Amino acid sequence: MQFGIFTVGDVTPDPTTGRTPSEHERITAMVRIALKAEEVGLDVFATGEHHNPPFVPSSPTTMLGHIAARTERLILSTATTLITTNDPVKIAEDFAMLQHLAGGRVDLMLGRGNTGPVYPWFGQDIRQGVPLAIENYALLHRLWREDVVDWKGRFRTPLQGFTSTPRPLDGIPPFVWHGSIRSPEIAEQAAYYGDGFFANNIFWPKEHFQRLIGLYRERYAHYGHGTPEQAIVGLGGQVFMRRNSQDAVREFRPYFDNAPVYGHGPSLEEFMDETPLTVGSPQQVIDKTLTFREHFGDYQRQLFLIDHAGLPLKTVLEQLDLLGEEVVPVLRKEFAARRPAGVPDAPTHASLLAARDTETPAETAR
Amino acid sequence: MSTVPPVPSAGEEGRVSERFGEHGTPHEKSRADPLRVVAVAAGLGTPSSTRLLADRLAAATRDHLTEAGHPAEVTVVELRDLATDIANAMVTGFPGTRLRTTIEAVTGADGLIAVSPIFSASYSGLFKSFFDVIDNTALAGRPVLIAATGGTARHSLALEHALRPLFTYLRAIVVPTAVYAAPEDWGTGGDGAGDLAARIGRAAGELAALMGHRPPASPAQETVVPFEDQLAALRPD
Repeated sequence: MQFGIFTVGDVTPDPTTGRTPSEHERITAMVRIALKAEEVGLDVFATGEHHNPPFVPSSPTTMLGHIAARTERLILSTATTLITTNDPVKIAEDFAMLQHLAGGRVDLMLGRGNTGPVYPWFGQDIRQGVPLAIENYALLHRLWREDVVDWKGRFRTPLQGFTSTPRPLDGIPPFVWHGSIRSPEIAEQAAYYGDGFFANNIFWPKEHFQRLIGLYRERYAHYGHGTPEQAIVGLGGQVFMRRNSQDAVREFRPYFDNAPVYGHGPSLEEFMDETPLTVGSPQQVIDKTLTFREHFGDYQRQLFLIDHAGLPLKTVLEQLDLLGEEVVPVLRKEFAARRPAGVPDAPTHASLLAARDTETPAETAR
Repeated sequence: MSTVPPVPSAGEEGRVSERFGEHGTPHEKSRADPLRVVAVAAGLGTPSSTRLLADRLAAATRDHLTEAGHPAEVTVVELRDLATDIANAMVTGFPGTRLRTTIEAVTGADGLIAVSPIFSASYSGLFKSFFDVIDNTALAGRPVLIAATGGTARHSLALEHALRPLFTYLRAIVVPTAVYAAPEDWGTGGDGAGDLAARIGRAAGELAALMGHRPPASPAQETVVPFEDQLAALRPD
């Protein structure tokens, strides 16, 4: 099982000091957080993609390329790459290039984006969100698998004899997760291709995601990729920890109460009851995360959101120490002990390459 | 119908089937499962005249159903108790447990009675907010009786220009008689053709008749279009 962190990349004032970091500070903080994730033994760093303030990460592969050069082991991913407003040709090129630079330590999570005004900035229309996601991914899927593509569709100019370069590293396309908060169409899409399904469950109650993940697992089996239990599932979760849980609650409450995404609604305690948010001791985070397996089945990737609500970088790095030292080692052991045989790990470049080479004798490396 | 029908006793079954018998077989559903009537009252006072109107409409609907041979279960929900939960659902995008339970009761009802006080020429903000946090397809095809209370009869058409279009948008089936209760209505005796008791009886009868004619409410099923069909829909000609 993979453990990692994902970041939205928001510039949020620290409500305890009133100070707002600059974009430059936030970008360098995101890089520092990614490097620290590798130092403390996490597996994955994923960045969001946004094109409007107060968010900074508009160019994920630029940032991930930089992080790739400064890490050895960390898998670099996104949460999410906008399959609706990005040209699938450019996604194919950017992520193949990143694969080569990162030695294959790359996958990506596709999402639609939910802010209407963003679409026309890229020549698109939010009312076509689901059809865009379907057509664009169908093209992206081919661009990574076919050397020469003739293609015609509704949303971009046709392609004649087009080759997306560079070709994916070793001819292995990056593994794709389809991220969804509410659309059964996206669960169906992930199941059809046998791709991963990431349920970003950080805000909605679990019953909703049980239905969505249940649908994905059932359709994954329907399309012949394996049993429902073998489908590749990822989950989110947001945490704030101190060794003593009262200290965690006391310190995080002003951040929760004022954060644009949390504050001015339910209390911290109500929000913790209804969503994966855990504010408490490392043991409480361990206990809550283990309940995800009971609700959603054995899964392959757990991403934590830790740089939320305007927390300063120093605090976020302390969170990473706690995750790496106290939480993730226990979770690895506990999840492994509970996991039945036959439930696969999340695919990586190395595992996909090994699987391909056992099926067909090795081709010439690209 | 000019008077409120009496609550029938068990011995009056024969008369009931005679009344409905001339219309063929109006009620197909199993007699074992009671029909679920849910009344939503958005009144703020305690006691509330909006709640009182909801109670009377719910009881009259139950009586009509019983008379027609349908056992019925009645639930009355006061939105006042859920005001904070509704506001929280608006800012978080999801309902908490308590509100979710109420939403499930409302969307699972066989017939809905929706009663709002009239504030500033329309339904109250709390009433609208509750229906805003419910999925906009969850009440499609559901029989609904609309009713309102107000400080003056001059606002009675708010039922027609505010509540009825709201439920039409939600694709609910709104019964023809909408019931408005002004202060003077509570003080009149139940003897005139247009008085409150008569209007309650007529509206409840309409709701009960619609409920008896439709299949039982079932929870909305998530339907998924197979992916090949989604792809095919996008294929250029």
